[in-house]
Amino acid sequence: MAKYLSQEWCDLYKAEINKSAAYEESAKTWEGDFYFITEPGGPVKEKAYMYIDLYHGKCRACEIVTDPNKYNPAFTLAATYAIWKQIATKKLDSTKALITKQSKLTGDMAKIMRYTKAANELTNCTMLVPTEWLD
Amino acid sequence: MWNFACPLIVYGDNALDYLAQVKGKKAFLVTDKNIVKLGLTKPVTDQLDAKNIKWQIFDEVEPEPSLETIKKGGIAVGKYQPDWVIGIGGGSCMDAAKAIILLLARPELEPEALSVLEEFNFREKARLMEIPTTSGTGSEASWAIVLTDTKDNRKLGLGTPEVMPDVAILDPVMVMGMPPQITADSGMDVICQAIEGYISTWGTSMTAGPGLIATRLTLDYLPRAYKNGNDLEARKEMMYAATMGGMCGSNSMFGLGHGTGHALGGIFHVPHGRTVGLFLPYTMEYMINGSEETTAKFAEIARYCRVTSGSDKECAKLLVAKIRALAKEIRQPLSVKDCGIDKAKYEKEIPSLIDRALNEVMTMTAPRVPGAEDLGKIFNYAYAGKSIDF
Ligand SMILES: [Fe+2]
Repeated sequence: MAKYLSQEWCDLYKAEINKSAAYEESAKTWEGDFYFITEPGGPVKEKAYMYIDLYHGKCRACEIVTDPNKYNPAFTLAATYAIWKQIATKKLDSTKALITKQSKLTGDMAKIMRYTKAANELTNCTMLVPTEWLD
Repeated sequence: MWNFACPLIVYGDNALDYLAQVKGKKAFLVTDKNIVKLGLTKPVTDQLDAKNIKWQIFDEVEPEPSLETIKKGGIAVGKYQPDWVIGIGGGSCMDAAKAIILLLARPELEPEALSVLEEFNFREKARLMEIPTTSGTGSEASWAIVLTDTKDNRKLGLGTPEVMPDVAILDPVMVMGMPPQITADSGMDVICQAIEGYISTWGTSMTAGPGLIATRLTLDYLPRAYKNGNDLEARKEMMYAATMGGMCGSNSMFGLGHGTGHALGGIFHVPHGRTVGLFLPYTMEYMINGSEETTAKFAEIARYCRVTSGSDKECAKLLVAKIRALAKEIRQPLSVKDCGIDKAKYEKEIPSLIDRALNEVMTMTAPRVPGAEDLGKIFNYAYAGKSIDF
Protein backbone atom coordinates (compact mmCIF):
# COMPACT_ATOMS: atom_id res chain seq x y z
CA MET A 1 0.00 0.00 0.00
CA ALA A 2 1.26 3.44 -0.86
CA LYS A 3 -0.11 6.66 0.44
CA TYR A 4 -1.74 8.82 -2.22
CA LEU A 5 0.37 11.85 -3.13
CA SER A 6 3.57 10.21 -1.84
CA GLN A 7 6.70 9.53 -3.89
CA GLU A 8 6.22 5.84 -3.20
CA TRP A 9 2.79 6.03 -4.87
CA CYS A 10 4.32 7.83 -7.86
CA ASP A 11 6.94 5.08 -8.24
CA LEU A 12 4.25 2.38 -8.24
CA TYR A 13 2.14 4.36 -10.72
CA LYS A 14 5.11 4.81 -13.03
CA ALA A 15 5.82 1.07 -12.85
CA GLU A 16 2.18 0.22 -13.69
CA ILE A 17 2.20 2.54 -16.70
CA ASN A 18 5.44 1.02 -17.95
CA LYS A 19 4.00 -2.47 -17.57
CA SER A 20 0.85 -1.68 -19.53
CA ALA A 21 0.95 -2.92 -23.11
CA ALA A 22 -2.44 -1.31 -23.75
CA TYR A 23 -1.15 2.09 -22.68
CA GLU A 24 2.04 1.71 -24.67
CA GLU A 25 0.10 0.80 -27.80
CA SER A 26 -2.37 3.68 -27.52
CA ALA A 27 0.23 6.33 -26.60
CA LYS A 28 3.08 5.27 -28.84
CA THR A 29 3.22 8.66 -30.54
CA TRP A 30 2.35 10.78 -27.47
CA GLU A 31 4.86 13.35 -26.26
CA GLY A 32 3.90 15.60 -23.38
CA ASP A 33 4.28 16.16 -19.68
CA PHE A 34 1.73 17.15 -17.03
CA TYR A 35 1.23 18.56 -13.62
CA PHE A 36 -1.59 16.71 -11.92
CA ILE A 37 -2.61 19.30 -9.38
CA THR A 38 -4.62 18.53 -6.27
CA GLU A 39 -6.41 21.63 -5.02
CA PRO A 40 -6.60 22.15 -1.25
CA GLY A 41 -9.69 20.69 0.35
CA GLY A 42 -10.60 17.77 2.59
CA PRO A 43 -7.46 16.03 3.84
CA VAL A 44 -5.25 18.04 1.44
CA LYS A 45 -4.23 21.28 3.10
CA GLU A 46 -1.87 22.68 0.50
CA LYS A 47 -1.92 22.58 -3.27
CA ALA A 48 -0.06 19.42 -4.31
CA TYR A 49 1.79 18.91 -7.59
CA MET A 50 2.53 15.59 -9.22
CA TYR A 51 4.78 15.84 -12.24
CA ILE A 52 4.41 13.15 -14.87
CA ASP A 53 6.35 12.90 -18.10
CA LEU A 54 4.86 10.66 -20.77
CA TYR A 55 6.78 9.90 -23.90
CA HIS A 56 6.15 7.40 -26.69
CA GLY A 57 4.07 5.00 -24.64
CA LYS A 58 6.27 5.11 -21.57
CA CYS A 59 6.39 7.09 -18.34
CA ARG A 60 9.79 8.73 -18.05
CA ALA A 61 9.20 10.44 -14.72
CA CYS A 62 6.58 10.65 -12.01
CA GLU A 63 7.39 12.69 -8.96
CA ILE A 64 5.88 14.80 -6.23
CA VAL A 65 7.08 18.36 -6.68
CA THR A 66 7.09 20.94 -3.94
CA ASP A 67 8.27 23.84 -6.05
CA PRO A 68 5.86 24.23 -9.00
CA ASN A 69 8.51 26.22 -10.85
CA LYS A 70 10.69 23.14 -11.11
CA TYR A 71 9.04 22.13 -14.38
CA ASN A 72 7.01 23.87 -17.03
CA PRO A 73 4.82 21.05 -18.35
CA ALA A 74 2.76 21.28 -21.53
CA PHE A 75 -0.45 20.38 -19.65
CA THR A 76 -1.94 20.82 -16.22
CA LEU A 77 -4.94 18.99 -14.89
CA ALA A 78 -6.32 20.30 -11.60
CA ALA A 79 -9.09 19.01 -9.35
CA THR A 80 -9.88 18.61 -5.67
CA TYR A 81 -8.80 15.54 -3.75
CA ALA A 82 -12.36 14.20 -3.75
CA ILE A 83 -12.64 14.46 -7.53
CA TRP A 84 -9.19 12.90 -8.11
CA LYS A 85 -10.16 10.01 -5.90
CA GLN A 86 -13.40 9.48 -7.83
CA ILE A 87 -11.54 9.58 -11.15
CA ALA A 88 -8.76 7.27 -9.96
CA THR A 89 -11.27 4.73 -8.69
CA LYS A 90 -13.32 5.02 -11.88
CA LYS A 91 -16.37 6.31 -10.07
CA LEU A 92 -16.22 9.44 -12.18
CA ASP A 93 -15.36 9.53 -15.86
CA SER A 94 -12.47 11.94 -16.44
CA THR A 95 -14.13 13.47 -19.51
CA LYS A 96 -17.35 14.03 -17.57
CA ALA A 97 -15.32 15.73 -14.84
CA LEU A 98 -13.92 18.11 -17.46
CA ILE A 99 -17.30 18.83 -19.05
CA THR A 100 -18.90 19.65 -15.72
CA LYS A 101 -15.88 21.75 -14.74
CA GLN A 102 -15.12 19.58 -11.74
CA SER A 103 -11.62 19.37 -13.16
CA LYS A 104 -9.70 21.93 -15.14
CA LEU A 105 -7.29 21.23 -17.95
CA THR A 106 -4.84 23.65 -19.51
CA GLY A 107 -2.86 22.91 -22.65
CA ASP A 108 -3.63 21.84 -26.18
CA MET A 109 -7.08 20.26 -26.00
CA ALA A 110 -7.00 19.21 -29.66
CA LYS A 111 -3.86 17.20 -28.98
CA ILE A 112 -5.33 15.49 -25.92
CA MET A 113 -8.49 14.61 -27.82
CA ARG A 114 -6.50 12.50 -30.24
CA TYR A 115 -5.36 10.28 -27.39
CA THR A 116 -8.64 9.43 -25.71
CA LYS A 117 -7.76 5.77 -25.52
CA ALA A 118 -4.40 6.51 -23.91
CA ALA A 119 -6.08 8.70 -21.29
CA ASN A 120 -8.41 5.83 -20.48
CA GLU A 121 -5.50 3.42 -20.12
CA LEU A 122 -3.73 5.86 -17.78
CA THR A 123 -6.75 5.76 -15.49
CA ASN A 124 -6.78 1.96 -15.70
CA CYS A 125 -3.18 2.02 -14.43
CA THR A 126 -4.19 4.15 -11.43
CA MET A 127 -6.68 1.45 -10.50
CA LEU A 128 -3.82 -1.06 -10.22
CA VAL A 129 -1.84 0.92 -7.65
CA PRO A 130 -2.69 -0.30 -4.12
CA THR A 131 -3.59 3.07 -2.68
CA GLU A 132 -3.96 4.23 0.87
CA TRP A 133 -6.34 7.15 0.50
CA LEU A 134 -5.99 10.17 2.73
CA ASP A 135 -9.52 10.10 4.13
CA MET B 1 -22.62 15.62 -11.04
CA TRP B 2 -24.13 15.50 -14.49
CA ASN B 3 -26.72 17.54 -16.31
CA PHE B 4 -29.45 17.37 -18.91
CA ALA B 5 -29.44 20.38 -21.19
CA CYS B 6 -32.00 21.23 -23.81
CA PRO B 7 -33.18 24.35 -25.65
CA LEU B 8 -36.65 25.82 -25.66
CA ILE B 9 -38.21 23.68 -28.38
CA VAL B 10 -40.88 25.41 -30.45
CA TYR B 11 -42.53 22.83 -32.70
CA GLY B 12 -45.41 22.01 -34.97
CA ASP B 13 -47.40 23.86 -37.60
CA ASN B 14 -46.54 27.57 -37.77
CA ALA B 15 -43.66 27.16 -35.32
CA LEU B 16 -41.76 29.82 -37.27
CA ASP B 17 -44.33 32.34 -36.01
CA TYR B 18 -42.35 32.21 -32.78
CA LEU B 19 -40.00 34.64 -34.50
CA ALA B 20 -42.70 37.30 -34.08
CA GLN B 21 -42.12 37.05 -30.32
CA VAL B 22 -38.36 37.41 -30.50
CA LYS B 23 -36.79 40.56 -29.14
CA GLY B 24 -33.65 41.91 -30.72
CA LYS B 25 -32.11 44.30 -33.20
CA LYS B 26 -29.84 42.31 -35.47
CA ALA B 27 -29.74 38.68 -36.50
CA PHE B 28 -26.82 36.87 -38.15
CA LEU B 29 -28.04 33.93 -40.22
CA VAL B 30 -25.67 31.02 -40.76
CA THR B 31 -26.60 28.78 -43.66
CA ASP B 32 -25.47 27.47 -47.05
CA LYS B 33 -26.08 28.57 -50.62
CA ASN B 34 -28.42 25.69 -51.35
CA ILE B 35 -30.75 26.58 -48.46
CA VAL B 36 -30.89 30.16 -49.73
CA LYS B 37 -31.57 28.94 -53.28
CA LEU B 38 -34.39 26.69 -52.04
CA GLY B 39 -35.98 29.76 -50.46
CA LEU B 40 -35.76 28.35 -46.94
CA THR B 41 -34.24 31.48 -45.46
CA LYS B 42 -37.14 33.58 -46.75
CA PRO B 43 -39.79 32.56 -44.20
CA VAL B 44 -37.27 33.47 -41.51
CA THR B 45 -36.18 36.80 -42.97
CA ASP B 46 -39.83 37.74 -43.68
CA GLN B 47 -40.61 37.32 -40.01
CA LEU B 48 -37.51 39.29 -39.01
CA ASP B 49 -38.46 42.08 -41.44
CA ALA B 50 -41.93 42.25 -39.94
CA LYS B 51 -40.35 42.74 -36.52
CA ASN B 52 -37.89 45.32 -37.83
CA ILE B 53 -34.99 43.10 -36.90
CA LYS B 54 -32.08 43.68 -39.26
CA TRP B 55 -30.33 40.62 -40.62
CA GLN B 56 -27.29 39.49 -42.52
CA ILE B 57 -26.75 36.12 -44.16
CA PHE B 58 -23.53 34.14 -44.06
CA ASP B 59 -24.17 31.41 -46.63
CA GLU B 60 -20.71 29.91 -47.01
CA VAL B 61 -21.12 26.81 -44.89
CA GLU B 62 -20.11 23.68 -46.78
CA PRO B 63 -20.98 20.08 -45.87
CA GLU B 64 -18.59 19.06 -43.07
CA PRO B 65 -17.64 22.68 -42.37
CA SER B 66 -13.94 23.40 -42.34
CA LEU B 67 -11.98 25.39 -39.79
CA GLU B 68 -11.32 28.00 -42.49
CA THR B 69 -15.03 28.57 -43.13
CA ILE B 70 -15.65 28.97 -39.42
CA LYS B 71 -12.85 31.51 -39.21
CA LYS B 72 -14.45 33.49 -42.04
CA GLY B 73 -17.82 33.34 -40.32
CA GLY B 74 -16.18 34.46 -37.08
CA ILE B 75 -14.78 37.55 -38.77
CA ALA B 76 -18.12 38.36 -40.41
CA VAL B 77 -20.08 37.99 -37.16
CA GLY B 78 -17.52 40.15 -35.36
CA LYS B 79 -18.09 42.94 -37.85
CA TYR B 80 -21.87 42.65 -37.67
CA GLN B 81 -22.22 42.30 -33.86
CA PRO B 82 -25.73 40.74 -33.85
CA ASP B 83 -27.84 39.97 -30.81
CA TRP B 84 -29.10 36.73 -32.39
CA VAL B 85 -27.21 34.08 -34.31
CA ILE B 86 -29.57 31.79 -36.21
CA GLY B 87 -28.42 28.57 -37.82
CA ILE B 88 -30.66 27.44 -40.69
CA GLY B 89 -29.97 24.11 -42.36
CA GLY B 90 -28.74 20.63 -41.59
CA GLY B 91 -26.16 19.64 -38.99
CA SER B 92 -23.35 21.46 -40.80
CA CYS B 93 -25.07 24.85 -40.74
CA MET B 94 -26.30 24.41 -37.18
CA ASP B 95 -22.86 23.37 -35.95
CA ALA B 96 -21.30 26.28 -37.82
CA ALA B 97 -23.73 28.68 -36.11
CA LYS B 98 -22.60 27.33 -32.73
CA ALA B 99 -18.94 27.78 -33.56
CA ILE B 100 -19.57 31.26 -34.94
CA ILE B 101 -21.42 32.52 -31.87
CA LEU B 102 -18.54 31.28 -29.70
CA LEU B 103 -16.14 33.27 -31.88
CA LEU B 104 -18.37 36.32 -31.49
CA ALA B 105 -17.56 36.17 -27.78
CA ARG B 106 -13.93 35.08 -28.12
CA PRO B 107 -12.68 36.34 -31.52
CA GLU B 108 -9.06 35.71 -30.57
CA LEU B 109 -9.55 31.93 -30.40
CA GLU B 110 -8.77 29.47 -33.16
CA PRO B 111 -11.81 27.34 -34.11
CA GLU B 112 -10.10 24.19 -32.83
CA ALA B 113 -10.08 25.74 -29.35
CA LEU B 114 -13.89 25.92 -29.14
CA SER B 115 -14.09 23.38 -26.35
CA VAL B 116 -15.06 22.85 -22.75
CA LEU B 117 -11.71 24.27 -21.65
CA GLU B 118 -12.79 27.82 -22.42
CA GLU B 119 -15.38 30.17 -20.95
CA PHE B 120 -17.36 32.10 -23.54
CA ASN B 121 -20.28 33.91 -21.89
CA PHE B 122 -21.59 34.71 -25.35
CA ARG B 123 -25.07 35.42 -24.06
CA GLU B 124 -23.81 38.80 -22.90
CA LYS B 125 -23.72 39.59 -26.64
CA ALA B 126 -26.16 37.34 -28.45
CA ARG B 127 -28.41 34.32 -28.22
CA LEU B 128 -28.46 31.22 -30.35
CA MET B 129 -31.37 29.84 -32.36
CA GLU B 130 -31.33 26.79 -34.60
CA ILE B 131 -33.84 26.00 -37.33
CA PRO B 132 -33.26 22.55 -38.84
CA THR B 133 -34.07 21.80 -42.46
CA THR B 134 -33.18 18.12 -42.13
CA SER B 135 -34.27 15.53 -39.59
CA GLY B 136 -31.05 13.97 -38.50
CA THR B 137 -28.21 15.14 -36.28
CA GLY B 138 -30.38 16.77 -33.64
CA SER B 139 -27.73 19.48 -33.57
CA GLU B 140 -30.54 21.89 -32.63
CA ALA B 141 -30.72 20.13 -29.26
CA SER B 142 -27.07 19.33 -28.63
CA TRP B 143 -23.92 21.18 -27.63
CA ALA B 144 -21.68 19.25 -29.98
CA ILE B 145 -19.85 20.93 -32.86
CA VAL B 146 -18.25 18.76 -35.53
CA LEU B 147 -15.75 20.56 -37.74
CA THR B 148 -13.31 19.26 -40.31
CA ASP B 149 -9.61 19.85 -40.20
CA THR B 150 -8.90 19.75 -43.93
CA LYS B 151 -5.14 19.58 -43.32
CA ASP B 152 -5.23 16.03 -42.01
CA ASN B 153 -8.72 15.10 -43.19
CA ARG B 154 -9.96 14.65 -39.66
CA LYS B 155 -13.28 15.38 -37.98
CA LEU B 156 -12.92 17.35 -34.76
CA GLY B 157 -15.53 16.79 -32.08
CA LEU B 158 -15.71 20.17 -30.33
CA GLY B 159 -18.31 22.11 -28.36
CA THR B 160 -19.13 22.99 -24.79
CA PRO B 161 -22.35 22.69 -22.77
CA GLU B 162 -22.58 26.47 -22.87
CA VAL B 163 -23.40 26.36 -26.59
CA MET B 164 -26.62 24.41 -26.18
CA PRO B 165 -28.97 26.57 -28.32
CA ASP B 166 -31.45 28.86 -26.57
CA VAL B 167 -34.22 28.08 -29.02
CA ALA B 168 -34.85 25.32 -31.57
CA ILE B 169 -37.67 25.88 -34.03
CA LEU B 170 -39.11 22.72 -35.56
CA ASP B 171 -41.44 23.82 -38.32
CA PRO B 172 -42.42 21.11 -40.81
CA VAL B 173 -42.38 23.57 -43.74
CA MET B 174 -38.61 23.62 -43.39
CA VAL B 175 -38.22 19.87 -43.99
CA MET B 176 -41.02 19.14 -46.46
CA GLY B 177 -38.77 19.60 -49.48
CA MET B 178 -35.94 17.38 -48.27
CA PRO B 179 -34.95 14.99 -51.09
CA PRO B 180 -35.30 11.23 -50.42
CA GLN B 181 -31.53 10.65 -50.26
CA ILE B 182 -31.03 13.25 -47.51
CA THR B 183 -34.16 12.02 -45.74
CA ALA B 184 -32.62 8.55 -45.66
CA ASP B 185 -29.08 9.59 -44.70
CA SER B 186 -30.17 11.89 -41.91
CA GLY B 187 -32.87 9.49 -40.72
CA MET B 188 -30.27 6.79 -40.08
CA ASP B 189 -28.40 9.26 -37.87
CA VAL B 190 -31.55 9.68 -35.77
CA ILE B 191 -31.89 6.00 -34.96
CA CYS B 192 -28.16 5.63 -34.39
CA GLN B 193 -28.05 8.51 -31.92
CA ALA B 194 -31.16 7.32 -30.14
CA ILE B 195 -29.99 3.73 -29.70
CA GLU B 196 -26.39 4.62 -28.88
CA GLY B 197 -27.50 7.26 -26.40
CA TYR B 198 -29.79 4.71 -24.77
CA ILE B 199 -27.04 2.13 -24.23
CA SER B 200 -24.18 4.59 -23.57
CA THR B 201 -22.25 4.15 -20.33
CA TRP B 202 -23.15 7.79 -19.68
CA GLY B 203 -26.85 7.15 -20.24
CA THR B 204 -29.30 7.40 -17.35
CA SER B 205 -33.05 7.37 -16.78
CA MET B 206 -32.95 11.04 -17.77
CA THR B 207 -31.79 10.22 -21.29
CA ALA B 208 -33.54 6.90 -21.88
CA GLY B 209 -37.00 8.35 -22.61
CA PRO B 210 -36.19 10.45 -25.65
CA GLY B 211 -33.97 7.63 -26.97
CA LEU B 212 -36.76 5.08 -26.84
CA ILE B 213 -39.32 7.34 -28.45
CA ALA B 214 -36.96 8.54 -31.17
CA THR B 215 -36.15 4.93 -32.10
CA ARG B 216 -39.79 3.94 -32.38
CA LEU B 217 -40.69 7.03 -34.37
CA THR B 218 -37.85 6.39 -36.81
CA LEU B 219 -38.86 2.78 -37.38
CA ASP B 220 -42.48 3.86 -37.90
CA TYR B 221 -42.07 7.02 -39.92
CA LEU B 222 -38.75 7.07 -41.76
CA PRO B 223 -39.90 4.74 -44.57
CA ARG B 224 -43.02 6.88 -45.02
CA ALA B 225 -41.07 10.15 -45.12
CA TYR B 226 -38.64 8.59 -47.58
CA LYS B 227 -41.33 7.28 -49.93
CA ASN B 228 -43.58 10.30 -49.81
CA GLY B 229 -41.94 13.56 -48.88
CA ASN B 230 -45.37 15.21 -48.72
CA ASP B 231 -46.51 12.96 -45.88
CA LEU B 232 -46.86 15.74 -43.32
CA GLU B 233 -47.39 13.44 -40.36
CA ALA B 234 -44.26 11.41 -41.18
CA ARG B 235 -42.20 14.57 -41.71
CA LYS B 236 -43.34 16.03 -38.39
CA GLU B 237 -42.71 12.87 -36.41
CA MET B 238 -39.25 12.43 -37.96
CA MET B 239 -38.46 16.03 -37.08
CA TYR B 240 -39.40 15.40 -33.47
CA ALA B 241 -37.51 12.10 -33.50
CA ALA B 242 -34.36 13.88 -34.66
CA THR B 243 -34.54 16.41 -31.85
CA MET B 244 -35.21 13.68 -29.28
CA GLY B 245 -32.35 11.60 -30.67
CA GLY B 246 -30.10 14.62 -30.21
CA MET B 247 -31.41 15.15 -26.67
CA CYS B 248 -30.74 11.52 -25.81
CA GLY B 249 -27.33 11.23 -27.44
CA SER B 250 -25.91 14.58 -26.47
CA ASN B 251 -26.96 14.31 -22.83
CA SER B 252 -25.48 10.84 -22.59
CA MET B 253 -22.99 10.16 -25.36
CA PHE B 254 -22.99 8.42 -28.70
CA GLY B 255 -21.34 5.05 -29.18
CA LEU B 256 -19.26 2.81 -31.39
CA GLY B 257 -21.38 3.29 -34.52
CA HIS B 258 -20.48 6.97 -34.31
CA GLY B 259 -16.85 6.23 -33.43
CA THR B 260 -16.38 3.98 -36.46
CA GLY B 261 -18.68 5.98 -38.76
CA HIS B 262 -16.83 9.21 -38.00
CA ALA B 263 -13.54 7.54 -38.85
CA LEU B 264 -14.90 6.35 -42.20
CA GLY B 265 -16.54 9.70 -43.00
CA GLY B 266 -13.38 11.62 -42.15
CA ILE B 267 -11.32 9.69 -44.67
CA PHE B 268 -13.81 8.81 -47.41
CA HIS B 269 -16.26 11.73 -47.17
CA VAL B 270 -19.43 9.69 -46.96
CA PRO B 271 -22.32 11.65 -45.33
CA HIS B 272 -22.43 11.39 -41.53
CA GLY B 273 -25.82 9.70 -41.22
CA ARG B 274 -25.02 7.15 -43.89
CA THR B 275 -21.77 6.09 -42.21
CA VAL B 276 -23.07 5.86 -38.65
CA GLY B 277 -26.23 4.11 -39.83
CA LEU B 278 -24.10 1.66 -41.77
CA PHE B 279 -22.00 0.73 -38.74
CA LEU B 280 -24.94 0.67 -36.29
CA PRO B 281 -26.03 -2.97 -36.86
CA TYR B 282 -22.44 -4.27 -36.85
CA THR B 283 -21.55 -2.47 -33.64
CA MET B 284 -24.83 -3.58 -32.04
CA GLU B 285 -23.88 -7.17 -32.82
CA TYR B 286 -20.50 -6.56 -31.23
CA MET B 287 -22.24 -5.30 -28.07
CA ILE B 288 -24.65 -8.26 -28.03
CA ASN B 289 -21.73 -10.71 -28.25
CA GLY B 290 -19.96 -9.10 -25.32
CA SER B 291 -22.49 -7.72 -22.87
CA GLU B 292 -25.65 -9.29 -21.48
CA GLU B 293 -26.55 -6.00 -19.86
CA THR B 294 -26.48 -4.18 -23.18
CA THR B 295 -28.36 -7.02 -24.86
CA ALA B 296 -31.07 -6.50 -22.26
CA LYS B 297 -31.18 -2.81 -23.11
CA PHE B 298 -31.55 -3.57 -26.82
CA ALA B 299 -34.35 -5.94 -25.87
CA GLU B 300 -36.10 -3.14 -23.97
CA ILE B 301 -35.92 -0.99 -27.08
CA ALA B 302 -37.13 -3.84 -29.29
CA ARG B 303 -40.13 -4.51 -27.07
CA TYR B 304 -41.03 -0.84 -26.87
CA CYS B 305 -40.80 -0.61 -30.64
CA ARG B 306 -43.09 -3.63 -31.03
CA VAL B 307 -40.37 -5.38 -32.97
CA THR B 308 -40.80 -8.65 -31.14
CA SER B 309 -41.10 -10.56 -27.91
CA GLY B 310 -39.02 -13.48 -26.64
CA SER B 311 -35.69 -13.76 -24.84
CA ASP B 312 -33.45 -10.73 -24.51
CA LYS B 313 -31.04 -12.11 -27.05
CA GLU B 314 -33.78 -12.89 -29.58
CA CYS B 315 -35.25 -9.42 -29.17
CA ALA B 316 -31.85 -7.75 -29.52
CA LYS B 317 -31.02 -9.71 -32.65
CA LEU B 318 -34.39 -8.94 -34.18
CA LEU B 319 -33.84 -5.26 -33.49
CA VAL B 320 -30.59 -5.48 -35.46
CA ALA B 321 -32.42 -7.27 -38.27
CA LYS B 322 -35.12 -4.60 -38.21
CA ILE B 323 -32.51 -1.87 -38.61
CA ARG B 324 -30.95 -3.67 -41.56
CA ALA B 325 -34.43 -4.07 -43.08
CA LEU B 326 -35.10 -0.35 -42.55
CA ALA B 327 -31.80 0.55 -44.24
CA LYS B 328 -32.66 -1.72 -47.15
CA GLU B 329 -36.15 -0.27 -47.48
CA ILE B 330 -34.78 3.25 -47.78
CA ARG B 331 -31.95 2.12 -50.06
CA GLN B 332 -29.11 2.81 -47.67
CA PRO B 333 -25.84 0.87 -48.01
CA LEU B 334 -25.63 -2.27 -45.89
CA SER B 335 -21.86 -2.59 -46.23
CA VAL B 336 -18.89 -0.32 -46.80
CA LYS B 337 -18.56 -1.91 -50.21
CA ASP B 338 -22.10 -0.70 -51.04
CA CYS B 339 -20.85 2.86 -50.43
CA GLY B 340 -18.76 2.48 -53.56
CA ILE B 341 -15.45 2.51 -51.68
CA ASP B 342 -12.62 0.71 -53.44
CA LYS B 343 -11.39 -2.35 -51.54
CA ALA B 344 -7.67 -1.72 -51.98
CA LYS B 345 -8.00 1.92 -50.92
CA TYR B 346 -10.07 0.91 -47.92
CA GLU B 347 -7.62 -1.75 -46.80
CA LYS B 348 -4.77 0.68 -47.03
CA GLU B 349 -6.60 3.04 -44.68
CA ILE B 350 -7.54 0.45 -42.05
CA PRO B 351 -4.72 1.37 -39.62
CA SER B 352 -5.81 4.98 -39.85
CA LEU B 353 -9.49 4.04 -39.41
CA ILE B 354 -8.57 2.08 -36.28
CA ASP B 355 -6.49 4.90 -34.86
CA ARG B 356 -9.28 7.43 -35.39
CA ALA B 357 -12.03 5.20 -34.03
CA LEU B 358 -9.95 4.33 -30.95
CA ASN B 359 -9.52 7.95 -30.04
CA GLU B 360 -13.14 9.05 -30.26
CA VAL B 361 -14.76 9.72 -26.88
CA MET B 362 -17.83 8.05 -28.41
CA THR B 363 -15.92 4.79 -28.69
CA MET B 364 -14.89 4.97 -25.05
CA THR B 365 -18.46 5.46 -23.84
CA ALA B 366 -19.77 2.39 -25.66
CA PRO B 367 -20.65 -0.40 -23.22
CA ARG B 368 -18.08 -2.70 -24.87
CA VAL B 369 -14.90 -0.94 -25.88
CA PRO B 370 -12.94 -2.70 -28.63
CA GLY B 371 -9.16 -2.70 -28.86
CA ALA B 372 -7.27 -2.19 -32.10
CA GLU B 373 -7.56 -5.82 -33.13
CA ASP B 374 -11.34 -6.04 -32.77
CA LEU B 375 -11.75 -2.69 -34.50
CA GLY B 376 -9.76 -3.93 -37.46
CA LYS B 377 -12.04 -6.94 -37.68
CA ILE B 378 -15.17 -4.78 -37.40
CA PHE B 379 -13.95 -2.60 -40.28
CA ASN B 380 -13.24 -5.69 -42.38
CA TYR B 381 -16.57 -7.36 -41.63
CA ALA B 382 -18.42 -4.12 -42.38
CA TYR B 383 -16.74 -3.92 -45.75
CA ALA B 384 -17.81 -7.40 -46.68
CA GLY B 385 -21.29 -7.10 -45.14
CA LYS B 386 -20.62 -9.96 -42.73
CA SER B 387 -22.39 -10.20 -39.38
CA ILE B 388 -20.12 -9.71 -36.35
CA ASP B 389 -19.48 -13.11 -34.75
CA PHE B 390 -16.94 -12.17 -32.07
FE1 LIG C 1 -24.83 11.63 -35.45
